[in-house]
Amino acid sequence: MSEENGVIYRISGPVVTAIGIAPRMYEVVRVGNEGLMGEVIELHGDQSVIQVYEETSGISPGEPVVRTGRTLSVQLGPGLLTQIYDGIQRPLPKLEETMGVFITRGVDADGLDLEKKWEFNPAIKAGDEISAGQIIGIVQETETIEHRVMVPPGKSGVVKSVESGSFNITETVCKLEDGTEIAMMQEWPVRHPRPFIQKYAPDVPLMTGQRILDFLFPLAKGGTAGIPGPFGSGKTVTQQQLAKWSDAQIVVYIGCGERGNEMTEVLDEFPHLIDPNTNTPLMNRTVMIANTSNMPVAAREASVYTGVTIAEYFRDMGYNVALMADSTSRWAEAMREISSRLEEMPGEEGYPAYLSSRLAEFYERAGRVQTLAGDDGSVSVIGAVSPPGGDISEPVSQGTLRIVKVFWGLDAGLARQRHFPAINWLNSYSLYPQALDKWYRDNIASDFPEVRTEISTLLQVEAELQEIVQLVGSDALPIDQQLTLEVARMIREYFLQQNAFHDVDTYSDLKLQYDMARAILSFQEEAKKAIAGGAQLEDVVNVPARTDLMRGRFEKGYNDKIGDLVSEMGKQISATMGAN
Amino acid sequence: MSGKEYRTITDVKGPLVFLNKTEPVSFGEIVQLRLSDGSMKNGQVLDTSDDQVIVQVFEGTASIDRQTGVKFLGDVFKLPVSKGLIGRILDGAGRPRDGGPEIVADEMADIIGAAINPYSRQSPKSFIQTGISAIDACTSLVRGQKLPIFSASGLPHNDIALQIARQAKLVDSDDDFVVVFCAMGITAEEYNFFVHDLERTGALENAALFVNLADDPAVERLITPRLALTAAEYLAFEHDYHVLVIYTDMTNYCESLRQIGAAREEVPGRRGYPGYMYTDLAMLYERAGLVKGKKGSITQFPILTMPGDDITHPIPDLSGYITEGQIVISRELHQKGIYPPINVLPSLSRLMNAGIGPGKTREDHKSVSDQLYAAYAQGRELRGLVAIVGEDALNERDLQMLKFSDIFEDQFLRQGRDEDRPIQEGTLDLAWDLLSNIDTKFLVRLEQKWIDKYHPTDKKEE
Ligand SMILES: Nc1ncnc2c1ncn2[C@@H]1O[C@H](COP(=O)(O)OP(=O)(O)OP(=O)(O)O)[C@@H](O)[C@H]1O
Ligand SMILES: [Mg+2]
Repeated sequence: MSEENGVIYRISGPVVTAIGIAPRMYEVVRVGNEGLMGEVIELHGDQSVIQVYEETSGISPGEPVVRTGRTLSVQLGPGLLTQIYDGIQRPLPKLEETMGVFITRGVDADGLDLEKKWEFNPAIKAGDEISAGQIIGIVQETETIEHRVMVPPGKSGVVKSVESGSFNITETVCKLEDGTEIAMMQEWPVRHPRPFIQKYAPDVPLMTGQRILDFLFPLAKGGTAGIPGPFGSGKTVTQQQLAKWSDAQIVVYIGCGERGNEMTEVLDEFPHLIDPNTNTPLMNRTVMIANTSNMPVAAREASVYTGVTIAEYFRDMGYNVALMADSTSRWAEAMREISSRLEEMPGEEGYPAYLSSRLAEFYERAGRVQTLAGDDGSVSVIGAVSPPGGDISEPVSQGTLRIVKVFWGLDAGLARQRHFPAINWLNSYSLYPQALDKWYRDNIASDFPEVRTEISTLLQVEAELQEIVQLVGSDALPIDQQLTLEVARMIREYFLQQNAFHDVDTYSDLKLQYDMARAILSFQEEAKKAIAGGAQLEDVVNVPARTDLMRGRFEKGYNDKIGDLVSEMGKQISATMGAN
Repeated sequence: MSGKEYRTITDVKGPLVFLNKTEPVSFGEIVQLRLSDGSMKNGQVLDTSDDQVIVQVFEGTASIDRQTGVKFLGDVFKLPVSKGLIGRILDGAGRPRDGGPEIVADEMADIIGAAINPYSRQSPKSFIQTGISAIDACTSLVRGQKLPIFSASGLPHNDIALQIARQAKLVDSDDDFVVVFCAMGITAEEYNFFVHDLERTGALENAALFVNLADDPAVERLITPRLALTAAEYLAFEHDYHVLVIYTDMTNYCESLRQIGAAREEVPGRRGYPGYMYTDLAMLYERAGLVKGKKGSITQFPILTMPGDDITHPIPDLSGYITEGQIVISRELHQKGIYPPINVLPSLSRLMNAGIGPGKTREDHKSVSDQLYAAYAQGRELRGLVAIVGEDALNERDLQMLKFSDIFEDQFLRQGRDEDRPIQEGTLDLAWDLLSNIDTKFLVRLEQKWIDKYHPTDKKEE
């Protein structure tokens, strides 16, 4: 019996059982006459169980199965940026070239262009002693991003020679004394985290330009966040906002079991959107993985690992990387489907018993680290969760919440009121503020944490008052409480609501966020004074300058105007005292 | 390929037949079963191994016995497609049902349908005017979108679907739609209602119908929508048609899916539906859209009835997670006598932003739609409060919102079954008219420049 070549014994959807072959766990094999790519996920007796990354209809028992000796890996090197891949790193434009607009099967494609020449500028010289992870040269990959070519993990030695000039990614650019040859491309098995020296506690915020996120529930660079929410509540819009506006240097966006059109939208938009931090198109820093809901589930299962491995690779160059996975629930469902085909003992709601450990392992790949090269790099991971019926007591939401440090809870009720982003400010949380407060004080304003606390306290108080209002109406409340309600309304309508589709409102920098929060507090102060001085609440609330202040956020140059708008509001509010 | 007939059935369970066999059978292969009385049934391979093959029988397994002959046809399920599909009525398995001849195939198309490469898609962005204000203003439809109607038993979803099919037009071109209609387990009465209406308006000649009725085999329903979508893809991407696919009722489809899952003794997901129902539904819904280099498009209107009016039920829930929004029909509005009883609050069109605005509908559209939502939502919420504390407890703002919610239902939502409102003069101007019942200072969602331009202030000063 040849251990290298076996035959198909059984086919059940994406799961194929082979006999007569003795592969290793997680080894990639070629299945059937068309040589479809599959991965060994279980061995029992003489049977090898394989998940197949392409559609299996039309394949019969008896067709061949061939070992490759490799585990599921990605190709890493110049050419990743601006690319869009399926779940197993096949470039979608390549697939279009060979298959047309519909994805058929049986086509292999390298993740990277092996022919393309890149200008390699060495960062080392002969005689240097180099080790794994060290940067040996630079390639200007896109206008803004330099690709730092690293010694692949596991290799080290003394440099014998190093090249400079134009090379493709498989050509040797560096030779070591012991004969080892290093090219610009390296491969890495996706299911294994890439090595680093140590993890640090995150202490710098990932700034997203989204007011409710940055101000109330911030994520740190290297941190983890979960966004659960029912359908249509804003998970994808929030993820895309982060992909657009967060101040990460590299963005990896994984469309995992979601809509085709959403990926097209990103592809259409990103080349035209300008990164506020670099003033070049956002596409330059983006890698996309698109394994949509109608593409094979096994490749969906792999897509998350493909994405996070690419993210880690850029982290190892010393970059801050942000990774979005939309949606991790679809990933979990792919695991569930495959597990059920394996007839594994199901855990909660049919998910495999290892669901929560897989989730934990995935989010563990986030973090701020000291790279092998000694630099500082980070991967921040933001996962969308799609709980059935919006009920987060289900296993994927719960498994996620146990691990992530930031919870942005989307709320169907808010979405229905078109309060966007529909993030519920009462149950969302971030565990990072304490670690970040020093940064805010040093970089934005010395009282930043205090202002944040005031704003969130007002929102809490409003929630309590609303319960009373539900019973007696707002007119029955004492005047100071009515004012509190107005201030809270202002927080919601002016600050928390943010229209992702408005050219200006879509992004507020942290300084502006702080100024806006201060503007609200200053309204509260002025109003209190005026009311104490005999003004009517109604008049105070309706001063035109307040409307101007609020509507002004839709206009360009608001950062420069807000100061004047606030003082004008103050004047008009004082004037209401004399009105009666 | 084997032309051999096997008589090796070992078990029959629900819609499934299990057999031992001798030669390799491929996954997904089409199967023909010959019963002892000479009648034929069709099926498909769901699981195959050297020892056993599991076949799902579309017409149900009644009368199948161990003597039944089973033949594997060596190919996956294909539909003969040609332009000749237009104007035809086929049954749920793709055979003529209108007494006409067999379809002369230009091509045999695999009904599972390959996934569109996301890189090859084109973003849908052409506004489709349905003439229904609630939809055009608040959940605008665009060509290539998949927008289901979430309804419930006894509600007029069919009227709405038909009104859309009748009135749908592109504002920026003269291209017409071809309708592909797919019935899954609906009653003969509902079916007749559709057919008569399509006949009445002459649309039938421009439609292809795939029909599986309530008394047709339940398992067949699993292929009916795939046939319809295969036809739609062929017409759209080979012949440049803009295709409007209406399929009803997705709930029956999902029931059939559940039945198969149960027969296979799969570990069920929520409420007994298979864990892979999301993926299965996505394989249908994602067959909407536009692709690069092709003129045609597929726009989908799946209709589903929510069991127990419950939007969190797995069928609407999983659909909502895949489609690009939903139009929700409300029993409450229906009982108030409002047609179309569309509740705009839980309704949503995700592609709306791409399809509206200057040059498409009008520059103020987004603002107006946001404001309508906000005001109506607040007004409706206040109804509950007023029921407890009375109107006296409301401040001016709340009173106006409350009043607006009634006006909105009565004048904006309500319209005739044949009333076709143009987007600008019909729908948006009406919206401004109604919004002028609220003080501008409370209209915080409207940008000032649109207030200056469109607000009918003179009217208020009268
Ligand atoms: N910040 C925002 N600004 C404006 N509109 C928003 C915002 N967030 C969400 N929306 C609106 O809500 C709609 C639904 O959002 P989105 O597609 O992100 O939902 P989702 O949670 O990803 O749903 P699903 O689970 O079905 O994918 C959007 O199409 C948009 O109309
Ligand atoms: Mg989404």
